[in-house]
Amino acid sequence: MINIEIDGKLIETERGSTVMDAAHKAGVYIPHFCYHKKLSIAANCRMCLVEVEKAPKPLPACATPAADGMKVFTHSEMAVKAQKGVMEFLLINHPLDCPICDQGGECQLQDLAMGYGGGASRYAEEKRMVMPKEIGELISTVEMSRCIQCTRCVRFGQEIAGQMELGMANRSEHAEIVSFVNSAVESELSGNMIDLCPVGALTSKPFRYTARSWELSRRRSVSPHDGLGANLAVHVKDNKVMRVVPVENEAINECWISDKDRFSYEGLNSPERLTRPMIKQNNQWIEVEWTAALEYVANGLRQIKAGAGAEHIAALATPHSTLEELYLLQKLVRAMGSDNVDFRLRQSDFALETQGAPWLGMPIAELNSCDRFLIVGSFLRKDQPLIAQRIRNAVKSGAQANVVHAADDDLLMKVANKAIVPPSKMADMLAQILKALILRKEAAVPAELLEVEPCDAARAIAQSLSSGERSAVLLGNLAQQHPEASRLASLANQIAELSGARFGFLAEAANSVGGHMVRALPESGMNAQEMLKQPRKAYLLLNVEPELDMHNPDLAMSAMKQADMVVAMSAFRHHASEYADVMLPIAPFTETSGTFVNNEGTVQSFKGAVKPLGDARPAWKVLRVLGNLLDIPGFDYDSSEAIREEAVSASGKLDNRVESVSYKAGGTVASLERVADVPIHFADALVRRADALQKTPDAAPPSARMNGEVIRMLGLNAGDEVSVGQGSARARLKVQRDDRLPSGVVRIAAAHPLTAGLGPMFGEISVERA
Amino acid sequence: MEKIKEFFRTFLLVELLKGMALTGRYMFARKITVQFPDEKTPQSYRFRGLHAQRRYPNGEERCIGCKLCEAVCPALAINIEVAEREDGTRRTTRYDIDLTKCIFCGFCEESCPVDAIVETRIFEYHGENRGDLYYTKPMLLAVGEKHEAQIAKDRASDAKYR
Repeated sequence: MINIEIDGKLIETERGSTVMDAAHKAGVYIPHFCYHKKLSIAANCRMCLVEVEKAPKPLPACATPAADGMKVFTHSEMAVKAQKGVMEFLLINHPLDCPICDQGGECQLQDLAMGYGGGASRYAEEKRMVMPKEIGELISTVEMSRCIQCTRCVRFGQEIAGQMELGMANRSEHAEIVSFVNSAVESELSGNMIDLCPVGALTSKPFRYTARSWELSRRRSVSPHDGLGANLAVHVKDNKVMRVVPVENEAINECWISDKDRFSYEGLNSPERLTRPMIKQNNQWIEVEWTAALEYVANGLRQIKAGAGAEHIAALATPHSTLEELYLLQKLVRAMGSDNVDFRLRQSDFALETQGAPWLGMPIAELNSCDRFLIVGSFLRKDQPLIAQRIRNAVKSGAQANVVHAADDDLLMKVANKAIVPPSKMADMLAQILKALILRKEAAVPAELLEVEPCDAARAIAQSLSSGERSAVLLGNLAQQHPEASRLASLANQIAELSGARFGFLAEAANSVGGHMVRALPESGMNAQEMLKQPRKAYLLLNVEPELDMHNPDLAMSAMKQADMVVAMSAFRHHASEYADVMLPIAPFTETSGTFVNNEGTVQSFKGAVKPLGDARPAWKVLRVLGNLLDIPGFDYDSSEAIREEAVSASGKLDNRVESVSYKAGGTVASLERVADVPIHFADALVRRADALQKTPDAAPPSARMNGEVIRMLGLNAGDEVSVGQGSARARLKVQRDDRLPSGVVRIAAAHPLTAGLGPMFGEISVERA
Repeated sequence: MEKIKEFFRTFLLVELLKGMALTGRYMFARKITVQFPDEKTPQSYRFRGLHAQRRYPNGEERCIGCKLCEAVCPALAINIEVAEREDGTRRTTRYDIDLTKCIFCGFCEESCPVDAIVETRIFEYHGENRGDLYYTKPMLLAVGEKHEAQIAKDRASDAKYR
């Protein structure tokens, strides 16, 4: 620790920190543009010039290391003169178009020009003009003349997003921010550049010209998408969500959010929103009052219970539902006498029994300090954009990332060792890693592993894992949706135990952990898969679009079509109109209060930001009234907080310990098997309806992706139209060559209307020329 | 002595006569009554009357939808909605002034960076229903078009004091 003096204040600061850090600590504000605490130091805006005693010239605070006994003056004559001069230079080429600039009112340059600039400019010559660039559907760069070359966006790309998609071309007055050969910015974190830009050069395209910052009221919320639970500020005007920006939370999302969190709000105002309760009568949908709709549902459920028995009632919910909704749904179904309730819609192997709710196994922030990772079956960048960012950060400071996966997608980080194998071989690969670890540790080899011979990749991964001090073994979405998920989890758990690593699950959705905690899953009844295989008479769907959200859409649709009664509680009109009997409009996350439990088990509650659209109602209210109509005791909640308290007090603990499942080598191997990813912008109902996101490359229609060898073997060419089939389920797709896939694999995305007719996400698949 | 003076003043009705004299003087003085609407009082070029939206000489509307007038309006009389026009420029899709709320302070004109919203010299307008005084964008533009010559002249006269 060293002592420095800033404006007469004595401050103790760490050795190696900068004057800017020290000033920050002391609460002294030093104006700056290019400095950002999460990015590297560029010191190119020169706005933070301060006077330092004995220094002949003013020094940039962001790049000057604090030294013991240093005396800094931020408001001395020299400092003020320097700041004023810098500001005049910055404004020489900055257009005076604040009135039409979307940044106006929340612009750092505007504020600092007010605080530190002169009243008028002496510059009367022509300003420079930078031609607008086209860099995709999310970020507007029409006004690149506004850029002050702070290079925050460039550094963000390099350091946080992991890919340098913007760069600074040319020098001095000709310097400009460009993307490479006019390609679009495709990072799944690109929206953060909008926040970082201190001026209006990079602005949000969907938000363009829709509101000024002073008109918006800011309301806290929590992301309903991935398992991270990013903290959001929902900006509202006239009861309409105008945009979403991150709220800083160092423990969870730092100051970033993914594009999915940022732009999915467009779906909230989608024309597909369901706004009135509807009942199907004589194959006609008619709008009815809530009371009529709920009476209808209650009567229907009563009849089915009396006729076919309570076990014929089944409930499915997405893990994007709130804790309160999941709790009430399972309470309702259980009170009816059924145990068929599940939220693990894309899971196919339910044999896995964890001792409590499976979770990350450590606080999210600790990912940064891990030095070895084994990531099993995860499309990490697309499934968990910000967790990928943290791991990328760790890798940058020396950690080793090891990957076992069915596709070699670019993680934008240095991967130390990878084993890319077809899904059916993933358990084998983990067994080999386990064996290699056992051999290294010279432990006793269990009988089932005697035959296993570790390959080079497995040995390398084992070597990497055992050499670390703080390692983590993480199971991704694919590993949890895998048909042998329990075996993978068991093996990964053993690997973690043997290498002293922490073992964690990367939660698929905002409330996957919460769903486990409130036991919105069967104790003795049927799970999501069985409910479809043994068709039930009545289905309650909470937020579910069966053809997009389920592991096996083909099976799901046939189960829905045969059912006597399907109650679709959804915020949107969707295919339910074909098979449902009742559609109840429920409120999405901005219109209801609720709670999500994130990856690390943090319980985060939020309030509604706007009133529900039309006649939509929060789902907890709908379920509560339904409970009353069915005369179920204990359904007299007045608020979602009351439900939360009951749910949390009744909920289980977080515990990842798994029962070990015996490993059997060499299962039946199909000649060609499917790998399904859930594309980032199709993962849930809300984001599927967000217009701008649907125009990004991440939302491109799925194709049948295979490597060159498979294409040759099948006698096809890239671009051919093929018919892929799983049993009787078929889909027509284009062939796309993807040499990042292993042989024997066809990668076809799930959760898209084009592939909604197909069968399970994994397993045998046939490809024929269409 | 004072008391005696007071006594005579009261009984000789001096005050009454003084008042009558004043009235009488005005009877013969030059009349200043303005015979509205045949006659009108002179107006300052800074007169703040009915609002108008102006256009540039080439016919393009001036307003760029920055919403500063809406923000500054102390009576919350202005209501604006903005969208991007096909040519990419920022334009209002709605610009309403509720003249029943307006207090004619002139802040909107003061805040406008492009001299689009102005207050004209017109003060003799009326509505038969309350809604008639809710001026929308086409109405404001029409006022501007009709009186552009006068508006431009007034701005020019005031320019040297700004």
